[in-house]
Amino acid sequence: MSAKPEFREALASPPAIKAPRGSSREWRAFWHNPLARLGVGGLAFMVLFAFAGPLFWHQDANQPNLLQTLAAPTLHHPLGTDSLGRDYLKRMMLGGQLSLLVGFAAALVTTVIGVLYGLVSGLVGGAVDAVMMRFIDIMYAIPYLFLLLFLDSVFRPNAAVLIFVIAALSWFGVARLVRSEVLSLKHRDFVEAARAMGSSTWRIMIRHLLPNVMGVVVVNATFQVADAILVVAYLSFLGLGLPPPTPNWGEMLSTSMQYMFQNAWWLIYPPGIAILVVELSVNFIGDALRQAFDPRLNRTRT
Amino acid sequence: MARFIVRRFLQAVPALLGVSVISFFLVHLVPGGPAAAMLGPRATPARIAVINREFGLNKPLWDQYGNWMWQLLHGNLGVSYFYNETVWHLIQVNMPRTLAIVGLGVLIAHLSSILLGSAQAYFRDTKFDYVMTALTYFFYSMPVFWPGILFIIIFSIDLGWFPSGGLSNALVNNPGFGSWVAHTTLPVLTIVLTTVAGWGRYMRTTMTDTLVQDYVRTARSKGLSEFVVVVKHALRNSVLPLITLLGFSLPNLFSGALLIEVVFNYPGMGLLFWNAAMQRDYPIILGVVVITGVLTILGNLLADILYSLVDPRIQYN
Repeated sequence: MSAKPEFREALASPPAIKAPRGSSREWRAFWHNPLARLGVGGLAFMVLFAFAGPLFWHQDANQPNLLQTLAAPTLHHPLGTDSLGRDYLKRMMLGGQLSLLVGFAAALVTTVIGVLYGLVSGLVGGAVDAVMMRFIDIMYAIPYLFLLLFLDSVFRPNAAVLIFVIAALSWFGVARLVRSEVLSLKHRDFVEAARAMGSSTWRIMIRHLLPNVMGVVVVNATFQVADAILVVAYLSFLGLGLPPPTPNWGEMLSTSMQYMFQNAWWLIYPPGIAILVVELSVNFIGDALRQAFDPRLNRTRT
Repeated sequence: MARFIVRRFLQAVPALLGVSVISFFLVHLVPGGPAAAMLGPRATPARIAVINREFGLNKPLWDQYGNWMWQLLHGNLGVSYFYNETVWHLIQVNMPRTLAIVGLGVLIAHLSSILLGSAQAYFRDTKFDYVMTALTYFFYSMPVFWPGILFIIIFSIDLGWFPSGGLSNALVNNPGFGSWVAHTTLPVLTIVLTTVAGWGRYMRTTMTDTLVQDYVRTARSKGLSEFVVVVKHALRNSVLPLITLLGFSLPNLFSGALLIEVVFNYPGMGLLFWNAAMQRDYPIILGVVVITGVLTILGNLLADILYSLVDPRIQYN
């Protein structure tokens, strides 16, 4: 279903301890995976389409043309026009910009919050850790979409606020993941050695633990991108999401549903397929990263 | 065993309390209360104050929370601002419908993902595995409402086999069993499809792990039939994590159900919540969040207990 952190958490087994950074073996393994190439290719294509496309396609995305509403695709409008006669191809490009931006930004903020929370909780331990983890348990029990729907209905946020609202409700999984990594790392010799040399907790966190949890964090972040893009689509589908006139794919997909019965297929399929391509690409990349960073999984895949 | 269950129950109490505190304050602290929503953009402060006084929204938040909690402990979730019904009654009416589609969907999804995942693991790296992996990726990457809409296009509009929604209208004329089946088939199918995509992939991973374990090799070398090896030795062990996964998945299942109920206009908890959120019907919003939170915590509890029952390796202390 929508955000599916539980699979990721369950699937992401702890990676073997690597030499902290500098090792490009994982990245080579990643790039040798056809899944990774497919994912990177698909994502690069969609990014180019959204951000470079407007350089070559000069139709106005917000100019209504009431003589040409709901027009099927022609050479002039390769993806037809929407209910206000606006060029759908250009709207797809601009919509992609917003969807991708929100997806990546939300994933970034989510990851930063989750990593910090997990590092602190795991490293400090004791009562602080217990309280911090109970808080996550509680937040996990409340269905995510319900809260998001409520907040969005009250705020009607712009893109920047929405990014933070999404992040504020989706960092719990990352935090748990990072914490369990830290717990398995914090009594290793290199951490003890750093402590013996008088490193501060902060320094141990940033210099010694962070590089070692990066593998799981990167894998998880890719899935966060996929989730955030879907969440925007869900909110738009529920009549909320981001305010007009700048389009986003989620909003375009849900708006086009209203024209389902007029058989306006050119409105329904492009945003649906665009979302699907980005989701697939990001999931491919995430899985390829996981396989590259997780030797244990590779051994059993013989 | 009994002590383990009692202790898990006691651990759930602070979590339940936490859910109630967080949802109550979240709902009441965000700007734009129900009065503004009811009166519209041209509401005067004086009229807002009247409404706030009527609903008791002018008291200090802790008092409101204490009062609400006290009522909650007596099974009273307040009265809806708009429907002139108690929230408890609305939830009693809508909850079974949601539980019906989610429960049925989860049951079918569980069985199919066990079948699919283990078949994929057993025949891994064959054409069958690749095709199924591609398909599960495909459905895993779709927005939940998208297969629902495709089903409406295919089965309702083109083929006319099932209604595209509107159980609420059918309910007025006291529908028979056939009508129920017709209205729940597509929502359940959507839940199954989107859930199997994730669980099937998970099952494939655990089963792949299990099939190379020593005890499976031992079972084979004892000369047991392949069926016994796979089903009795490997499958039984790889199904266990799915129980925990089910507990974990509950909040997402409810979130998914919300979307599916909106797609099919299926009157359950999700649709109730959606309408309430649009109208800022605070008692309903709070009631639904708290009840789903309670169900989630209890579901996790049940999954834990179930897990300890079926896995003899778990220690109870």
